[in-house]
Amino acid sequence: MSSVRVLVGTKKGAFVLTSDGKRQLWDVSGPHFAGWEIYHMKGSPVDPNRIYASQTSGWFGQVVQRSQDGGQTWETMGNKFLYEGEVGNHLFYDGKPRPWEFKRVWHFEPSLTDPDTVYAGIEDAALFKTTDGGQNWEELPALRSAKGELWQPGAGGMCLHTILLDRTRPERIYTAISAAGAFRTDNGGQSWKPITQGLKSLYELPDPNAEVGHCVHRIAMHPSRPDVLFMQKHWDVMRSDDAGDSWHEVSGNLPTDFGFPIDVHAHEPETIYVVPIKSDSEHYPPEGKLRVYRSKTGGNEWEPLTKGLPQSDCYVNVLRDAMAVDRLDSCGVYFGTTGGQVYASTDSGDTWSPIVRDLPGVLSVEVQTLA
Amino acid sequence: MIRVVIPVHLRTLAKVSGEVRLDLPGPVTQRSVLDALELQYPMLEGTIRDHVTKKRRAFIRFFACQEDLSNTSPDDPLPEAVVNGTEPYLIVGAMAGG
Repeated sequence: MSSVRVLVGTKKGAFVLTSDGKRQLWDVSGPHFAGWEIYHMKGSPVDPNRIYASQTSGWFGQVVQRSQDGGQTWETMGNKFLYEGEVGNHLFYDGKPRPWEFKRVWHFEPSLTDPDTVYAGIEDAALFKTTDGGQNWEELPALRSAKGELWQPGAGGMCLHTILLDRTRPERIYTAISAAGAFRTDNGGQSWKPITQGLKSLYELPDPNAEVGHCVHRIAMHPSRPDVLFMQKHWDVMRSDDAGDSWHEVSGNLPTDFGFPIDVHAHEPETIYVVPIKSDSEHYPPEGKLRVYRSKTGGNEWEPLTKGLPQSDCYVNVLRDAMAVDRLDSCGVYFGTTGGQVYASTDSGDTWSPIVRDLPGVLSVEVQTLA
Repeated sequence: MIRVVIPVHLRTLAKVSGEVRLDLPGPVTQRSVLDALELQYPMLEGTIRDHVTKKRRAFIRFFACQEDLSNTSPDDPLPEAVVNGTEPYLIVGAMAGG
């Protein structure tokens, strides 16, 4: 019988939630790495027991952890993220050039074919790669040549938070960076181009149609249709049908199109999920009602999903890496909140229930569907 | 024998309990102590000092014999009480919170 494993990164440790395919009874393991911020954990698609975790601390910096037994035990891997060659400059808050400086790993994206190969998205924004299971990390430096001198951090830092791999084109990688935009390589990282045509940032950028500078919060893709991308931007939910070459808005009837995560149903490539947040300065659901919105038409037409979610006095946020889906026949959808709840739906979002209610603030949620 | 106290989170990371004890063949300075510590526990590399510059991380402090050595030269000799093991060399996470 299938089972699921939910990997939850929080502000004070990691938690591993497991259940059988019914997803009614859950075992909660943790906190692992108690007291540390766990920005992200993700397992290898080809070896699900191989899990990589980003463990960080304002005091002690970055640690990379790896498990080979599904999160029961962990070993410390390499944490040396050195920018390739001349570090160069990006723009700082004061508009002046500032050298890139490593701060933390926001996201690990394990290879679709090799458990020893993993991509890491870091702050200050850059893409790194290991091919030896996390011992050594090397930058793919061409990304920062895509007008990196113009990138400028937003309030959340200049982080590379989204890495999408294309199963049909191994040389194609998408990345997204807060306050810098979205980028694509078609040659394994040798060169990159901004993929921002159609994005508009009316109140965030002096040129609303600028090639770089858009604050992309998250991009999602269904593996069966890698040219179709869905984006939650700072404001606006966007869609591309040509691998990011152009985008159009699909916010439709959302109560607000600000938000952080976006994800795609496991079996219905046109069914997508977002969690609307009131505004860029009010990071909580409008009207104090925690609502996931689902579109079954690839955007524009959205329905609120509320059953089992708090519909009064709820002022949590859902961060960009804190939503995921499982691949069971009845698709499970999961998200974690800054209030420490992890909610699960076993029926594609129709109804929800909390797996846990009182964890530290949730930074990330990933789900593994196990045979 | 040099006695080194490291923060609880780094003890967990290094899988040690209590003080760390180091044998140093040469001069006992902050740099030589930290070099020996990282050699014995490589998982601590980058958590106390920068990988490349070897500068102290901003929220780490170094104490010994009731003195704050955080901003003294890493190549100054450590106090004799640390060298002979009477007093520990403390690596401390800076205070935070309110």
